[in-house]
Amino acid sequence: MSTGAIVMGILTGTILWGGFGLCLYIALKSDGKKNK
Amino acid sequence: MSVEHRGEWGSRMGFIFAAIGSAVGLGNIWRFPYTVASNGGGAFLIPYLVALLTAGIPILILEFSLGHKTRHSAPGVFGHLNKKYEVIGWFQSLIAFSITTYYIVIIGWAVSYAVYAVTGAWGVDPKGFLFGTYLQLTDSPMKLGGLNMKVVIPLLIVWGVNYGVLRLGIKKGLEKANKIFMPLLVIALLVIVVRGITLPGALDGLDYFLKPDFSKLADPQVWLSAYGQIFFSLSVCFSIMYAYSSYLPKDSDIVNNAFITGLGNCSFSLLSGIGVFSVLGYMAYSQGVSVAEVSSAGVGLAFIVFPQAISALPGLSRVIGVVFFASLIFAGFSSSMSLIESVVAAIRDKFDLTRNQALNRFTLISGLLSLLIATRGGLYILDIVDYATNQYGIVIAGLAELIIFGWFFKTDSIREYANSLSDFTVGKWWLVCIRGTSIILGLMLFLKIKNTIHNPYEGYSWLALGIYGLGVLIAVSVGAVILANKKASKKFEEAIYKNGIGNEIKLDENKD
Repeated sequence: MSTGAIVMGILTGTILWGGFGLCLYIALKSDGKKNK
Repeated sequence: MSVEHRGEWGSRMGFIFAAIGSAVGLGNIWRFPYTVASNGGGAFLIPYLVALLTAGIPILILEFSLGHKTRHSAPGVFGHLNKKYEVIGWFQSLIAFSITTYYIVIIGWAVSYAVYAVTGAWGVDPKGFLFGTYLQLTDSPMKLGGLNMKVVIPLLIVWGVNYGVLRLGIKKGLEKANKIFMPLLVIALLVIVVRGITLPGALDGLDYFLKPDFSKLADPQVWLSAYGQIFFSLSVCFSIMYAYSSYLPKDSDIVNNAFITGLGNCSFSLLSGIGVFSVLGYMAYSQGVSVAEVSSAGVGLAFIVFPQAISALPGLSRVIGVVFFASLIFAGFSSSMSLIESVVAAIRDKFDLTRNQALNRFTLISGLLSLLIATRGGLYILDIVDYATNQYGIVIAGLAELIIFGWFFKTDSIREYANSLSDFTVGKWWLVCIRGTSIILGLMLFLKIKNTIHNPYEGYSWLALGIYGLGVLIAVSVGAVILANKKASKKFEEAIYKNGIGNEIKLDENKD
């Protein structure tokens, strides 16, 4: 597997899955505050 | 119609599961991987991410805001602006209606194939099995050849599940079903990925999928493909997200929900791309050919290439076969339920019908029409109707939506509304994105028309394209005009025509 493919895979995966996780974390944190 | 009557999501996670479930469909599994590989590999992911941030998420914010604000499905949202725009809402709803009629049939095929995978029924010739033994395909779109019971029976099962779930309502039906289907889909994809990347040749497949060819970034067609991929995979511009967000409780977040839905959908796509191409890499390795030779998309990938790959697996082939078709079923159900719900919501809102009354009418009409796709010539009809509704219907619907909101109205008030409710806010770039996407969609439509005139789709006769393709678009347009002009219930008149959105969030026509 070429370096370019590995870099693009890791980069895109980090942006998508990382972004998804971060937004989900913000949502859960904000809902937690509202429910207090 | 009161909230109690319309229904409401039980939790924020319930809505998020359902919205991602609607967006994640068959296209994420069978279209995205091939689109990436054939448009510059890893380099394509750059315009793809740009398109997600500048088109996909901004449109989701627009639709979530308006559905939530008006508490109505697409006809109500557009009718709120002005009665004359209601027809666009019905056009979007009827596009969802026509997609349902064939989408349900494909889920039925996946149900059949999940059973066939147990015995490896396709043997050594999956292509002959699909077109001959299973579909019993006629030689022309003009020959229907009678009903094919091998397709009709799973079709009835799929209709039964959809009907049963939606009859239970938003919280007990749709939300619960998505909370079951979505985790199952993640598990199924993870099983395929783990099995796939441990196979010999998998890395060659992934290399073919992700190896960047940055020279492709200079090709405008690659950028259009990226915007097309985002636009078609997020369930936007054909009424679904209006209906789903209309069921959100009053103080719900808009912007973050849009980001979660968009990013979640694309995360699924990347995961399925890794699974699909690692298996294709193994297939190419075992046959001693290049990955490009086995790479394909759509029905061919799911029902010909993948069965072939499954048969060639060194171990657990039947389990992986069942898991693969189960993933298509889970992804399909969460999308088909959203398609049906969006139309049911539109009918209920305008004519003040109960859920069951609207659902019964929808299921009867759409169910009968879907039998056309279950004939021996049904694959041709499916192919042409899919092309017409996706490549033209959704683009026209999206273009109308974005032109109206981007150029005709002071849409900044929608941004302020969304920001007032959300975990984080969006800047003025949002409106620039809406306007910019309308231009891109206009360009896509122009190029598509030009291309179709010079090269009739898949070499079909103009008669077949006219009857099934143009015919569907004309039927949808005429149907939209009729439904928009039908007398509405008193509730709808009060809520939509007499108490328009303009008063509350100052969505005045832009006369600057």
